[in-house]
Amino acid sequence: MNLIEAQRLEVTLGSHKVLSHVDFHVAPGEIVTIVGPNGSGKSTLLRTLLGALRPDAGKVTRKPGLRLGYVPQKLMMDPTLPMNVMRFLSLPKRVPAAERQAALDEAGAGTLGERPMSGLSGGQFQRVLLARALLEKPDLLLLDEPTQGLDQPGSAAFYRQVEHIREHLGCAVVMVSHELHVVMSASDRVVCLNGHVCCQGHPEVVAQAAEYRALFGTGTAGALALYRHEHSHRHDAACDHDHGHAHDHGHAHTRSEAS
Amino acid sequence: MLDDFLVRAALAGLGLALAAAPLGCFVAWRRMAYFGDATAHAAILGVALSLALSLPVVIGTMVVALLMAFLVGSLTDRGLAMDTVLGVLAHSALALGLVAVTFVPGVRLDLSAYLFGDILAVTKVDLAVIWAGAGAVIALIAWRWQALLTATVSPDLAYASGLDPRREQRILTLALALTVAVAIKVVGALLVSAMLLIPAAAARPLARSPEGMALIAAGIGAMAALSGLWGAFLLDTPAGPSMISAAALLFAATSAVRLLKK
Repeated sequence: MNLIEAQRLEVTLGSHKVLSHVDFHVAPGEIVTIVGPNGSGKSTLLRTLLGALRPDAGKVTRKPGLRLGYVPQKLMMDPTLPMNVMRFLSLPKRVPAAERQAALDEAGAGTLGERPMSGLSGGQFQRVLLARALLEKPDLLLLDEPTQGLDQPGSAAFYRQVEHIREHLGCAVVMVSHELHVVMSASDRVVCLNGHVCCQGHPEVVAQAAEYRALFGTGTAGALALYRHEHSHRHDAACDHDHGHAHDHGHAHTRSEAS
Repeated sequence: MLDDFLVRAALAGLGLALAAAPLGCFVAWRRMAYFGDATAHAAILGVALSLALSLPVVIGTMVVALLMAFLVGSLTDRGLAMDTVLGVLAHSALALGLVAVTFVPGVRLDLSAYLFGDILAVTKVDLAVIWAGAGAVIALIAWRWQALLTATVSPDLAYASGLDPRREQRILTLALALTVAVAIKVVGALLVSAMLLIPAAAARPLARSPEGMALIAAGIGAMAALSGLWGAFLLDTPAGPSMISAAALLFAATSAVRLLKK
C-alpha cells in the first residue's frame, strides 16, 4: 500500500491556480524527487501533502497512522524567542534528552545541542530541522529544498546524510530540489512538475523526456541542463554497480566544476 | 485584609500581571502587538454596550473583544495587509466606543476609568472576576503550551506533527479577549497591551528558554504592578499608568544589562 496518495489535486492560492489534476503517490522506502521551475507548485504540493493547505478538489489519502517528518525550506526564528537546539527538539512532544542527542548525532549535528536556534548557520539549521524530523520516527520524510543557501559541498553532505538516514530508518523520502545532478543520483523516481505533472519516472527516463527538456533545456538553463543530462547518463551507469553515496556526490561536484 | 483598598488593588495588579506574562510572551513571539491593541481598544465599545444593556462590564468587554479578535483574525487570513487592517479596526473601535458611550441614556460616566483603569476602586467581586479570568488564561496557556510553541515556531511544522495551528491561534485569541476583559478595571483599555508586551520584552535579555521567559516576565510584571501601585500611593499619580511606567523602567534596566554584557 502507498504511504500517501494524492488524486486529481487542485490547489488555488489567492486567485492563482497553482496545481491542477495532480496525481502523486509515494511507496514505502522510495526516494521521490520533485523538480520544476520556480512557481511550478513544488512547495505547494508538499504543503498539501502535509495538510497545511486544503485542496479545492481532489484528495490526499494517507496510510492510517502515517508518521511524517518535515524539513521546511526556511524557518524564521523570531529573535525574541529564546530557544536552544535541545529545547527545539522537544516540540511538540517532550522527548528524553538521550533520544534528542541521538537524533542530533544521526543528523550530523551532535555538538549543537546547547546553541541558540537563532545563532545557527544555514547548514547547521537544516541539520537540526532534520534531527527534529527524525524524532517523529517518520515513515515518510518530506524535504522542501532542504539545501537552499548551502554551498555545493554542504548540500552534497546533507544529501548523503539523508541517504544514510533512509537506509537506517527505511523511511520513504520526498524532496523538492533545484539541484538536478543530486536528483539524478539519489532518486528512485523523479516527478517533473509545472502546475501539473509533466512527466515522471526513473531519473534517466525523465531526463530524456521532451516535457522535461522543454522546461529545463531552453533559455537560461540551457547549458546547465545539457550538462546535467549528460551527467545523468554517466551517473546512472555507475549507479547500477555501486551505491556508495560518498562517491556519487564527490563525483558530481568535481564534474560540475570542470564543466 | 481584603477590606483594605490597597490590598485589593495589589492583588488585582498581581492577578493581571501573572496572566499577562505568558500571553505577552506569545504576543511578542508572534508579533501580535497591534493585534492586542485592536482587541483592547474594542473593549471600549464593549463598555458602551454593557451600559446600554445593563450587563456587567466584564461580559460586554469580553464579548466585543472576542468578536474583534476573530474579525481581525479572519480578515488577515484572507491576505489583507495586517498593519492596515489593525490600524483601521483598532482606532475605529476606540472612536466608535467613545461615541457610543455618550448615547447611553442616564449615565454620566467617567470614561478615564475605562481608558486608564481604576484599580483603587476594585471591589471584592471585581477581584474574584480578575482572578478567575487570570486563572483561566494561565490554565489555557499551560494546557496548550507545547502546541502553541510549535505553532509559533512554524505553522507547517505544527501541521506535520498533526496539530492544527489555526486552533492554537483561536486559543490565544480567546486568552487575549479574557485578559482584556479583566484588565479594563486594572490598567484600562489603552494600556492593556503595554501590560502584555513590556514585561515580556523586559524578560527577554534575561531568559534562555521560552519557559524561563514566561516566568521572568511574570516576576517583572508582578514587580511592576506592586512598585507602580506603591509609587502611585506615594506620589499621588494615577495607578494604572504608574504600573506601566514601572514596567518601562524595568525594561530599560534589563536592556541596559544586556548592553553591558556585550
